[in-house]
Amino acid sequence: MVSAPPVLELQKLSKVYSGFKANDEISICVPAGEIHAVLGENGAGKSTLMKMVYGVVQPTAGQILWRGKPVEVASPMAARRLGIGMVFQHFSLFESLTVAENTQLFLDDGQSPSSVRGALQDLSSRYGLDVQPDRHVHDLSVGERQRVEILRCLLQSPKLLILDEPTSVLTPQEVERLFVMLQRLSSEGCAILYISHKLQEIQRLCHRATVLQAGRVTGSCSPSQETQATLVAMMIGAATAAMPSAGMTSTSSTQEVKTKAGEAHRLSGLTVKDLSVKSSDPFGVSLKNLTFSVAPGEIVGIAGVSGNGQRELLKVLSGEVRLDNSDAILINSLPSGSLSVSRRRRHGLCVIPEDRLGTGAVPDFSLSDNAFLTGLYTKSLLSRSGLIRHQAVDAFAREIISSFHVKTRSEQSPARSLSGGNLQKFIVGRELLQHPSVLVCEQPTWGVDVNAASQLRQALRDLREQGCAILLISEDLDELFELSDRIMVAFQGRLSPAQPTSESTSQSLGLLMSGVWQ
Amino acid sequence: MRRLTLEPRPVASPVWGWASPVLAVVLTCLTGLLIFALLGKDPIEGFHVFFIRPVSSFWAVMELLLKATPLALCAIGLAVGFRAGIWNIGAEGQFILGAIFATAVALHFGDWPVISLLAMMIAGALGGMTWAAIPAFLRSRFNANEILVSLMLVYVAQLLVSWLVFGPWKDPMGFNFPQTVMFSDASLIPTLIEGQRLNLAFLMMLGSLVIAHVLMNHSRLGFSMRTSGQAPLAALYAGFSNRQSIYMGLLAGGACAGFAGMAEVAGPMGQLTDKLSLGYGFAAIIVAFVGRLHALGILLASLVMALFYVGGEQAQQYLNLPSAMSRVFQGMLLFFLLATDLLVNYRLVLRPSVRS
Repeated sequence: MVSAPPVLELQKLSKVYSGFKANDEISICVPAGEIHAVLGENGAGKSTLMKMVYGVVQPTAGQILWRGKPVEVASPMAARRLGIGMVFQHFSLFESLTVAENTQLFLDDGQSPSSVRGALQDLSSRYGLDVQPDRHVHDLSVGERQRVEILRCLLQSPKLLILDEPTSVLTPQEVERLFVMLQRLSSEGCAILYISHKLQEIQRLCHRATVLQAGRVTGSCSPSQETQATLVAMMIGAATAAMPSAGMTSTSSTQEVKTKAGEAHRLSGLTVKDLSVKSSDPFGVSLKNLTFSVAPGEIVGIAGVSGNGQRELLKVLSGEVRLDNSDAILINSLPSGSLSVSRRRRHGLCVIPEDRLGTGAVPDFSLSDNAFLTGLYTKSLLSRSGLIRHQAVDAFAREIISSFHVKTRSEQSPARSLSGGNLQKFIVGRELLQHPSVLVCEQPTWGVDVNAASQLRQALRDLREQGCAILLISEDLDELFELSDRIMVAFQGRLSPAQPTSESTSQSLGLLMSGVWQ
Repeated sequence: MRRLTLEPRPVASPVWGWASPVLAVVLTCLTGLLIFALLGKDPIEGFHVFFIRPVSSFWAVMELLLKATPLALCAIGLAVGFRAGIWNIGAEGQFILGAIFATAVALHFGDWPVISLLAMMIAGALGGMTWAAIPAFLRSRFNANEILVSLMLVYVAQLLVSWLVFGPWKDPMGFNFPQTVMFSDASLIPTLIEGQRLNLAFLMMLGSLVIAHVLMNHSRLGFSMRTSGQAPLAALYAGFSNRQSIYMGLLAGGACAGFAGMAEVAGPMGQLTDKLSLGYGFAAIIVAFVGRLHALGILLASLVMALFYVGGEQAQQYLNLPSAMSRVFQGMLLFFLLATDLLVNYRLVLRPSVRS
């Protein structure tokens, strides 16, 4: 055992992008069967490092040893041939193909469709991942897509599996199952590189952790021996890093809060009465008899595994899908079911969608243009003659960037150049700075690092203080417990009755997620 | 060992965005000279005939601008659609329909000063829009691919114009040539300078470039169209209608191409024939991309393309080369543009091999 070389060893690996050091002499050693965490804030260089291991980009200097031998990982295909599997944070599935077809494409050998389907079903039931091989990927929720990605890698029985933020979309029960699966893989000798921001998970699951900050290794430890505070200190690099809770506007004067609260009396929040929508998509979820309300100054959470109607509900509330009957949705008492996005937004609604790059923001547009995307409804960004006031748009974008601490070169940078967390801060900022009286948001902190997540959560709390009615759709139970006043659970297009958060536990919600209230 | 590799750029290079079409034009010209040499012609003389002669006199420059007018008109209309992610490649057919509609007006109501011409301009634009509305309807209603539909409608349009000039609209005094009667003076676009063929359509082309630029870059409608083109889901999220941008994208292209077709029959040709287009609608696709879908770029690219057209005619006349020469240049230009565009998103790097 002692003489067996580690599965993966990185020696002083560096990557330089046009003068910017994304990775600076990083060395990591992962023996067989070890679950090794890579911790770090957004932009710390985790993704770049993983991309080099997986052959997506080539290192500028340094060396990768695979089972003791130096190798050049020229491409992801070469990586897979070596036995490296990777599940990306941004998924790499073809939306117009089915799960089985995606898997078949991913495998280099020409396996028949039926054998791929069979293998998928076997693995899926073995690990309890519940994936249907014949569904099209565009019909799958984020959570389901991730399960496909994981399964796809497992089909090749990898010797090293790289997981980027794998648990962020899973229910507690599913996280348990994933951990059991990962531990089983680990005991079978598969090494795992595990990227996550969730310190608790890392402490529970991982044998060792390497901490990155600004492209360098700042620490290496056994996470179970550390406290969360010491781990955060390594990540942020500040010795005094108490758990960050610095909100951006938490010091707003009480007077301001009062006047906003006074205003709130005129506003009545969001009311949904007996809302039923038949899905036009064969794999979509039909919404059935939803009735709930969100009062001003209240956060109501919707828990549940993705694919139980959350996405459909968001689209119906936002106006992307319009109803024939206006009365099912009241936004500040205005019957809105049949109104356009534009009318609803002008009436105080803002929406933060789950998908950032592609829905919440246009990848190739500048941040300025992305600020205009929804800012045009409330921020008077159009001149009287109907032309875009570019200076006002730029100013709005800069306001978002500075008040929400978005790390970017300028407001003219394209949205795709931002890391996931930074882009999310920008999108949340864009919506919140329009001072909505009703906010619907889905997965606002998915894949965002601890620091940014706590900033975003604080911003939502501040908004609640100002009298906004917030509907929070999330699969992160910790987040729901932390923020919500009341919680409902989505299951197959229905919602459980809302119960106060104080009376809910992850066990009770877990039961509701399997539909037991009915 | 060092080796040359392509590395993706973190952000697309704005410099290469503009340098790439310039390089493509240069490479096209150099290869063109090589082809002259291979055909046994003196490259120096070829260069002179192809590139210098068309700009060597006032008259020649006017002719060049005349040629550039339909190219730039078609290209700017296409660019509006392309930026909305609508791949209209049927400008050729829309051009022909514009000419047909305008000719219908000229043949029946062609003698009223000013009014006839105005009616022809409107009819020309409407003709192109009618043709473009077909793929727009099929795309938004049945999700039919607009590339195929608009392309196939080109051939329908060509057959339609042939039928008209061989049949009902044939000039009875025209010695059986497939052409209509010459239009009356009231149905012709006034020229800008006495003795030259360049006409008012050139100025209207410049105007349409400005309008298209403002529409796409400074108006809410243009913004919503660009959003639909880049990220349809984001467009829905922001409340923009993808259907509207399909219709706008195709109708803008149809209107411009139809107007260009009208300007051709009511301008240098003065009648409708079955050989009315020299592939302007297709060449305009190249013009739009070489011009980076940008108004000023399209103006410059249309001049280059016009030079290839005129140069091709000159080469036929003075060098005894086939007229297909200008098509060869068009093809090379697109070919080199596609190649050099790689440098917008990638860069060439000489790196030492990572090998122990």
